[in-house]
Amino acid sequence: MSADVLVVVEHRDGAILDSTFELLGRARSLAAAAGGEAIAVILGSGVDGLAGSLGGAGRVVLVDDPGLEAFTPSAYQAALVPIIRDRAPILVLVANSGPGMDIAAGISAALDLPLAAYASNVEFEGGAPLVTCQMYAGKIEARVRFRDGRGIATVVAGAFPVEAGIGSGNPTIERAPAAADGRIRFKGLHRPEAGDVDITREAILVSVGRGIGEQDNIELVEALASALGGAVSSSRPIADAGWLPRTRQVGKSGLKVKPKVYLALGISGAPEHLEGMRGAELIIAVNSDPRAPIFSVAHYGAVADILDVVPALTNRLIG
Amino acid sequence: MDYVVLLKQVPDLAEELEIDDSGLDLAREWMSFVASEWDEYALEEALQLKEAGGGTVTCLALGVEAGDVDELLATCLARGADRVVKVGSYERQPDSHTAAAAFASALDGVAHDLVLTGVQAIDDLDGQVGPLLATRRGMPHVSVVTHIAIGGAGTTVTVHQEYAGGVVGEFEVDLPAVLGVQTSRVTPRYAPVSRVRQLMKTATIETVDGGADGQAGSGLVMEAMAVPESGGSAEMIVGNPAAIAERIATILAERGIGQGVGR
Repeated sequence: MSADVLVVVEHRDGAILDSTFELLGRARSLAAAAGGEAIAVILGSGVDGLAGSLGGAGRVVLVDDPGLEAFTPSAYQAALVPIIRDRAPILVLVANSGPGMDIAAGISAALDLPLAAYASNVEFEGGAPLVTCQMYAGKIEARVRFRDGRGIATVVAGAFPVEAGIGSGNPTIERAPAAADGRIRFKGLHRPEAGDVDITREAILVSVGRGIGEQDNIELVEALASALGGAVSSSRPIADAGWLPRTRQVGKSGLKVKPKVYLALGISGAPEHLEGMRGAELIIAVNSDPRAPIFSVAHYGAVADILDVVPALTNRLIG
Repeated sequence: MDYVVLLKQVPDLAEELEIDDSGLDLAREWMSFVASEWDEYALEEALQLKEAGGGTVTCLALGVEAGDVDELLATCLARGADRVVKVGSYERQPDSHTAAAAFASALDGVAHDLVLTGVQAIDDLDGQVGPLLATRRGMPHVSVVTHIAIGGAGTTVTVHQEYAGGVVGEFEVDLPAVLGVQTSRVTPRYAPVSRVRQLMKTATIETVDGGADGQAGSGLVMEAMAVPESGGSAEMIVGNPAAIAERIATILAERGIGQGVGR
């Protein structure tokens, strides 16, 4: 086992994702404490240039192959397994994204390395990783160690600051071979059609979740948004139900928003949602469940039925 | 095309979760259980695919004493599954690595072109069963998928994997494969309770053992479990709806919001 902390780099459209820099910053401080190196592993085709933006790492392992032009779970796993097996880092950090889930669980099973999922913090205590994980939609936190003192953690977005991972260092670059596994073939990226409203540019968002109950009640939040001069956004279940367009969805697979005001109405605040809105300047949450995790990120909260509060607030504003 | 769906029950989040005296686990004595939401999406997708192109749907769940796995599997039959199988015997739902090992063993006896399961579950502390199982069986896997379509020759499946910002990647995957389903094309269908109760009495629920690796273990050691301080940072507003509305309006007005708009 080495004292190195290894980060699997995620990139898309020729840019490294913020989640990678979040992990890299943490890897750097953890590796320094453990006496090892922060190693960034980047896979792709023609990614030498991208490796140059990994100055936050002590070492960059580059796997450059035409077969890695886009992420596929099978090709990434085939290339990463020997790298992680041979280097035996004390800790592997992977973003809790779709690709990250595939990579981390795949490596865990292939190398019999334990995996701690939905990590919101990773520390070293007594020379071994101690991982804080969000369970039960954020309602429970578990602190776990790895049985043999080493393992993998998938880390939720926003757990660590991006800035700490952006460095101007001059890491050692190494090349590693790709392994062929073409059982999954990338066919293309689909981008959402532009919506009528760009919620990432709105200063005031009135965001609605399951607590709205039924589709007809959406007009209540639309009336409130209009009274506030803001726009309506939503959590995932509302977009899945087709009650609002996908372009209004805030969260992990939706959009990340940073409005001046975010009214979270009937949104419980699962980690996937918090990921998209915790950077809002002012968060006011109304939910009927006093233990809803949304209250842990809100600045103001009220335990109430939104079907009572929303019309009352609209009337107060236009009255 | 033979579809296999992996399902489990999880604690019902409508009930308050509490930590037990050990500080290492949930208090489980009065816990109620529901089917894991994403597993229900996986089942609905399998049923939709079968209805569109033919085939069979077999549902697997671990034989867990806590909760009611027979009801879970009878519900699968009521919704249209052809066959249900209970795998292994466990006092409570084990970790994902153990579950994946048991399902991997059970697949020896179940025809499977495409295995579908929920992309995640609220209790999968040690990762997601789909990719764990796939890697054990040497099958390709894709997580966070929607838009599942079987290829014309019946040897591939096309899926969308969701990324941030509403962007999706499209993949073509060789069968057999494992998919972690994010959501279904339609809301999971309803099965009347009376039908489920009847099937629980009359239907055949097969059982198989969990295999030699049935107690694989997660390799994690629990140090502490806690309920995060809810509202730790939030100032809670109390009162009736009118009072709450008044206070929110004041907070917004202090920031120059909501004044003179809409008049």
